[in-house]
Amino acid sequence: MALLEVVTGPILAVQEFYLLAGRALRNMFREPHYSDDIVLQMDNIGVGSLPIVVMTGFFSGAVMALQLARALAQWGQTGKVGTAVSITLVRELGPALTSLMVAGRNASGMASEIGSMKVTEQIDAMRALGTDPIQKLVTPRLIATCVVLPLLTIIADFVGVFGGYVVAAGMLDVNGRQYWTSVWQALGWDDVTQGLLKPFVFAFVIALVGCYYGLRATGGTQGVGRATTQAMVAASVLIFVLTFFLTRIFTSQLVSAS
Amino acid sequence: MPRGTSSSVLLPDAPPPASAGVLRFEHVSVAFDDVPALQDVSFEVRQAETRIILGAAGSGKTVLLKTALGLVQPQSGSVHVFGQDITRMTEQQLFGIRSKLGMLFQESALFDSLTIEENVAYPLVNQKAIQCPIEDVSKRVREALRFVELEHTLSRFPSELSGGMRRRVAIARAVVTTPPLLLYDSPTAGLDPITAHTIMALIIKERDLSKIATLIVTHRYQDGALMANFRYNPDNGKLEPARGVGNNITRTTKFLVLREGRLVFEGTQAELEASTDAYISKFRKQSGG
Repeated sequence: MALLEVVTGPILAVQEFYLLAGRALRNMFREPHYSDDIVLQMDNIGVGSLPIVVMTGFFSGAVMALQLARALAQWGQTGKVGTAVSITLVRELGPALTSLMVAGRNASGMASEIGSMKVTEQIDAMRALGTDPIQKLVTPRLIATCVVLPLLTIIADFVGVFGGYVVAAGMLDVNGRQYWTSVWQALGWDDVTQGLLKPFVFAFVIALVGCYYGLRATGGTQGVGRATTQAMVAASVLIFVLTFFLTRIFTSQLVSAS
Repeated sequence: MPRGTSSSVLLPDAPPPASAGVLRFEHVSVAFDDVPALQDVSFEVRQAETRIILGAAGSGKTVLLKTALGLVQPQSGSVHVFGQDITRMTEQQLFGIRSKLGMLFQESALFDSLTIEENVAYPLVNQKAIQCPIEDVSKRVREALRFVELEHTLSRFPSELSGGMRRRVAIARAVVTTPPLLLYDSPTAGLDPITAHTIMALIIKERDLSKIATLIVTHRYQDGALMANFRYNPDNGKLEPARGVGNNITRTTKFLVLREGRLVFEGTQAELEASTDAYISKFRKQSGG
């Protein structure tokens, strides 16, 4: 009996999460569409996250160049630092770090904003006044995150590669033309595909996890704080777990293709 | 709801229209995680009638109102709003029913990100069944805000208003669609006595001007006593005792008492005051009666 009670909670939570995801997706094709809210969220998530994404991208690229140059120097291949930086950033670090930054900033933001509305009965008021809260609050956030996260990842990738260039050219005496040529030659379509598909999947996780924890917030301001923390932790962990599985899928496809 | 124009206002003591069932609870039980919130609750409100629901904190008062709105689904029993059983309705179907109900939430529940004007306009713009022409929205919002004497706050945000003012704006939002049934959840909770009296005066004014059914949840007996014994005089804009021949207010106002989710009393003020039950007497005593 006790085991059943322990298992029931998580199963119901997963069920609620999938129901929320289903309703949010269905609402994309149903009237009314809150385009103003979508634009507002795109501004909040996209433009608002730009400074931290640029900073993270630049310094992760710079650090990658420093670390990999040291390893490559053992084989006298410091000139290949651009290849290593670009592949690592575009395939893995760009999507993962950008998504983690956005999760930290926006999954928690969504949870706190929607959670505050929940505990102050604004969600109930919305339903009482003829609005579906999932249509009004969740779907615009989901659409906005799915649009801007891949774009933010592209920016983070580029700024990261540029960060690598600054280190390579300024500290490692790598020729600039050589660096950019190795970057360009290293990247294939499969790298770009997985580099853009991953943030698209992570966008679903960030928006839905943030909204899910916000909508189930209870217990006043303390409950909102708890929902905020849970949303950020859950979104971050899920991003890491999904990174592994998505990479596994892509690498297995490459192996079978070769 | 032509606020401020007495010509189309019905006289407070005019007989209520032919009794029509507005809200009916039939053996309604609600539970959250197997903890009962309402147990076998049955009552009925007819057109132009008032029900005062008294109960201690946690007795199920708010759950009862949310069940009437279809925000909470009962485990058993049925809820009929304007003759329609809302118990098995989908959320989309409920939107149509909810457009006939106005609700004042306990904490006002105004949308923080919207101005006062946008808040009051929200039901007019978003409730499909209302079908308010867009050019009339602003006029009706101003009318509703004039009713609560807050027309000057149009462009302000809820956070810029005091608790009492927010409550009044929430009343304006609840009445802007002229719903035939109004639900008030603890309208005077947390307010000072003067502001609480202002809020109650507005509720009585709305009841008497529009002749609507009213369901008011409160833990303050004096709010109920005010509702049962006073009427709004449109000539001088003040409350006055509802006495004399043709006084329907006291007759159509009934008290319900909730205790741990169960309805333990339903009757008039006189019957409530005659009750010797210890729990019911507590509400009476708190007002010094």
